[in-house]
Amino acid sequence: MLQNFGKYLLFLKSLVTRGEPLKIIFKRTIDEAILIGINSIFIVALVSTFIGAVSTVQVSYNMVNALIPRSTIGFIVREMVILELAPTITSIVLAGKVGSSIAGGLGTMKITEQVDALEVMGINSTSYLVLPKILAALLVFPMLVIIAMFLGLMGGYIAGTVTGQLTAQEYISGLRIDFIPYNVVFALIKSFIFAFLISSISSYKGYYTSGGALEVGAAGTAAVTHSVIAVLIADFVSAQMLL
Amino acid sequence: MIEIHNIHKSFNGKVVLDGISGVFQTGKTNLLLGASGTGKSVLLKCIVGLIKPDLGSVTFDGTYFTNNKLDIRQEIRRKIGMLFQGSALFDSMNVEENVEFPLMMLTDMSRQERMDRVNFCLQRVGLEGTNKKMPAELSGGMKKRVGIARAIAPNCTYLFCDEPNSGLDPLTALKIDRLIKEITEEYNITTIVVTHDMNSVIEIGDNIMFLYEGKKLWEGTSNNILDSDVPELNEFIFANRLMRDAKKVEEEEERQKTP
Ligand SMILES: Nc1ncnc2c1ncn2[C@@H]1O[C@H](COP(=O)(O)OP(=O)(O)OP(=O)(O)O)[C@@H](O)[C@H]1O
Ligand SMILES: [Mg+2]
Repeated sequence: MLQNFGKYLLFLKSLVTRGEPLKIIFKRTIDEAILIGINSIFIVALVSTFIGAVSTVQVSYNMVNALIPRSTIGFIVREMVILELAPTITSIVLAGKVGSSIAGGLGTMKITEQVDALEVMGINSTSYLVLPKILAALLVFPMLVIIAMFLGLMGGYIAGTVTGQLTAQEYISGLRIDFIPYNVVFALIKSFIFAFLISSISSYKGYYTSGGALEVGAAGTAAVTHSVIAVLIADFVSAQMLL
Repeated sequence: MIEIHNIHKSFNGKVVLDGISGVFQTGKTNLLLGASGTGKSVLLKCIVGLIKPDLGSVTFDGTYFTNNKLDIRQEIRRKIGMLFQGSALFDSMNVEENVEFPLMMLTDMSRQERMDRVNFCLQRVGLEGTNKKMPAELSGGMKKRVGIARAIAPNCTYLFCDEPNSGLDPLTALKIDRLIKEITEEYNITTIVVTHDMNSVIEIGDNIMFLYEGKKLWEGTSNNILDSDVPELNEFIFANRLMRDAKKVEEEEERQKTP
């Protein structure tokens, strides 16, 4: 366990020592970012809309006291979506989607000697292959989280009004109660941390694959489980430290 | 010239290379010959540093390589072209991009120069017009040839080919063998070819090392390989019927010369 962690740190170090020219890293990062964005936007949109909708329905189900104004539902949904659901659920979805594809892709390159082929050309394979993936995740995850916040609140709006739990005015005025901009900043900081954890852990798992197709599959699974655990721990720690 | 000295390598206690030394001359096609599983690919990877030998050293034209500083090793590696046994094409890139890749990373050619070079190399391996195909759409032999095109695209100083003609029909195999020899002599580079194909041995074997169970049992040229007195090598060569026939003819000629 500890040995693995040390190897992981060395792996991270190798990303930045003797890297490839910035121009190449930049171009590869943009390519990877587009890939991550396009591949995940649909699932992120779907999940966040539904989570916002379900949260609204459940909160209003629990809110039976007639003394509490209905707009409080909007307030609670906003807090849940911005602080926790958008960054964390999105990251867990992305851990499955992006993490497994990073680990699978790198693992396949490893076992088919494509990584060796890069090394023989004198190219630093971690800097060329892995660094752009991590940078791309850092770039794209916060954007996806912002989209998820927006769609989560939209989902809540639709669910609340369509089922007649509360009026549009009530929901929107609820969204505006005591709005703290720092919460959005906090969510974005979390999404950066999660992006780094997911992309680096999955890269590490993929890059150290050896064997055959079976091991590539195992690396993908390990990447997802390790990333999800890391995200949950980091979620708790950051809530303790930053709130 | 590449010199290797006393290379040892074991995997989990199983000895694969057991003290191999030798010299690979510049301008010559040097062959590593041996049965399947004798460690030819492992030796090649030890030479280029993809596998770290447990013991022993490799020098490229007098520069110590094996445990040298990373930037010195990378400097040497930029002069290496290598064909992997499994081709190792980048499967996210098409044929053209695969061959262009080392040119883009290692040279400062313009796009037009790169394309000219790519097309020239593809034509040399008989693959003109496949530029836009993806590796998954190629046959095994075609992948091999793209791998060769990628290895020779930047004018390398050291060329390593792991079984360049396995999986090719005899005619294409012969063309590839001749191409490798031609490039070696034309650009005066140091070439190491791993093979277990006797045709290649006879066709291009300037200097042949025979590996057997992790040791170098024999070294010589294609001219004297049929006369070796190493039983393991003879068994290996004369598993091929044509080789047995060739040997018979040779002996017949000998007998007629010395009545
Ligand atoms: N990474 C590795 N881990 C453990 N054992 C290995 C590894 N690579 C190679 N070996 C072992 O080393 C031995 C030599 O393998 P190598 O690939 O060099 O054979 P080869 O001479 O190239 O054979 P072929 O002609 O079939 O390609 C084999 O017994 C193989 O099992
Ligand atoms: Mg081999």
